[in-house]
Amino acid sequence: MVRIEKTVGVLDVQGAVREHLLALKTLGVKAVSVKRPEDFDGLDGLIIPGGESTAIGRLIREQGLEDRLRAFHNEGKGIFGTCAGLILCSTDHSHKTNDLRLGFIDMDVERNGFGRQVASFEMPLKFEGIDQEVEAVFIRAPYIQSVGPGVKVLASVDDKIVAAEHENVLVTAHHPELTEDYAVLNYFLDKFVDGSEFNA
Amino acid sequence: MSNRKVGSDRVKRGMAEMQKGGVIMDVVNAEQAKIAEAAGAVAVMALERVPSDIRQAGGVARMANPKIIEEVMNAVSIPVMAKARIGHISEARILESMGVDYIDESEVLTPADEEFHLLKSEYVVPFVCGCRDLGEALRRIGEGASMLRTKGEPGTGNIVEAVRHIRKVNGQIAKLSSMSNDELMTFARDLGAPYELVKEVKELGKLPVVNFAAGGVATPADAALMMSLGADGVFVGSGIFKSDSPEKFARAIVRATTNYEDYELLAELSKDLGEPMKGIEISHIGEKERMQERGW
Repeated sequence: MVRIEKTVGVLDVQGAVREHLLALKTLGVKAVSVKRPEDFDGLDGLIIPGGESTAIGRLIREQGLEDRLRAFHNEGKGIFGTCAGLILCSTDHSHKTNDLRLGFIDMDVERNGFGRQVASFEMPLKFEGIDQEVEAVFIRAPYIQSVGPGVKVLASVDDKIVAAEHENVLVTAHHPELTEDYAVLNYFLDKFVDGSEFNA
Repeated sequence: MSNRKVGSDRVKRGMAEMQKGGVIMDVVNAEQAKIAEAAGAVAVMALERVPSDIRQAGGVARMANPKIIEEVMNAVSIPVMAKARIGHISEARILESMGVDYIDESEVLTPADEEFHLLKSEYVVPFVCGCRDLGEALRRIGEGASMLRTKGEPGTGNIVEAVRHIRKVNGQIAKLSSMSNDELMTFARDLGAPYELVKEVKELGKLPVVNFAAGGVATPADAALMMSLGADGVFVGSGIFKSDSPEKFARAIVRATTNYEDYELLAELSKDLGEPMKGIEISHIGEKERMQERGW
């Protein structure tokens, strides 16, 4: 394991940045906050955290980060979007919104798909590729309505898809950073940051 | 379905964690809510009047008309908060039944109960409450608040009280962190705070919930100041829609909150904004008119 030498950034314009930074440090990687284009230099992976997707999307544009984000994706570096991050990584096939959609994974997303805050919940979740159920906290969470070809579904709640991956991008509707169960973050680091498949 | 757990601490506090680094804006109708959302607000607070108008109007300030709250909820996709009077169980339950995302048990409204705050742990909906010091913060958490904010002095456009409150809380946390364990019970007694929470804060080195700035934020520099003093995010009440150009102020305050240490950018953001809301010097407000004295 060469993880100790890896550097993972957390997009830091709004949202649960501190939790992700702490979790990454606990897992033994160098964790840095990413606010400006130059902060992408030297990163082996990037987490787009939970928060409000409209606010984060707007700030990505205003901070001049959109091009750098797309380039980072094209370089094949590992990207992990949680909740708002999942929404930002999606496509907007039906052109429902002017908000930023990066289109990193071919999928349609229903925002606040489980309802308002009073319907937010936590539950043990079966997650493809992880042996034990993970502790999953869903907060005004989105779900994935449909995925395009090649996109692998990793978890569902009832019939709603809540986690998926494609090439160098992993997305979850829940917040692994709000629990001390780091299995999903470990999965990201193992497969998308340490792994050589897309990140030679 | 059966293994889903709603209304847990993790779910309620987690909601506030997602608001961090963001700006929550007071709005009085759907049109203002849309402006706030487009400017990058992380949530809106639906009210009948902003605090400066409440101050001016006098009389009893109550929960907003549910019709206004409903219009705001229908107008935007970001979370919608609403205020209930301190201790007003029925207003809180009404807001919860409407599916409001967060309730502010707020001293901006006229208290319904001068002795008891709501037992917030009994609700599925999360609550935010104001605090002026660590004791007040921990009493509210003890009752089940999932998020805190400074009280400041609402509707004044004067940041001095919010600064006082955040410095007080953070100073007391720093003091607590350096205490030995045998001092904690006496400290808890002096604060009037639950002992278990005092212990928890000492272990964490911080509050177990997020603490936002509120009460007097009027400019991008005010928002940046509060962030640099350790606030997790910012509520702006009258500061946006009582300014000359609400859209510009809203956008500038959002960016200032994210970039609170980038002073060149803050200078840029502060240009061409027009006039901020007119402020009030705190000493010109009679002690009885100070909203921060409501609650304990």
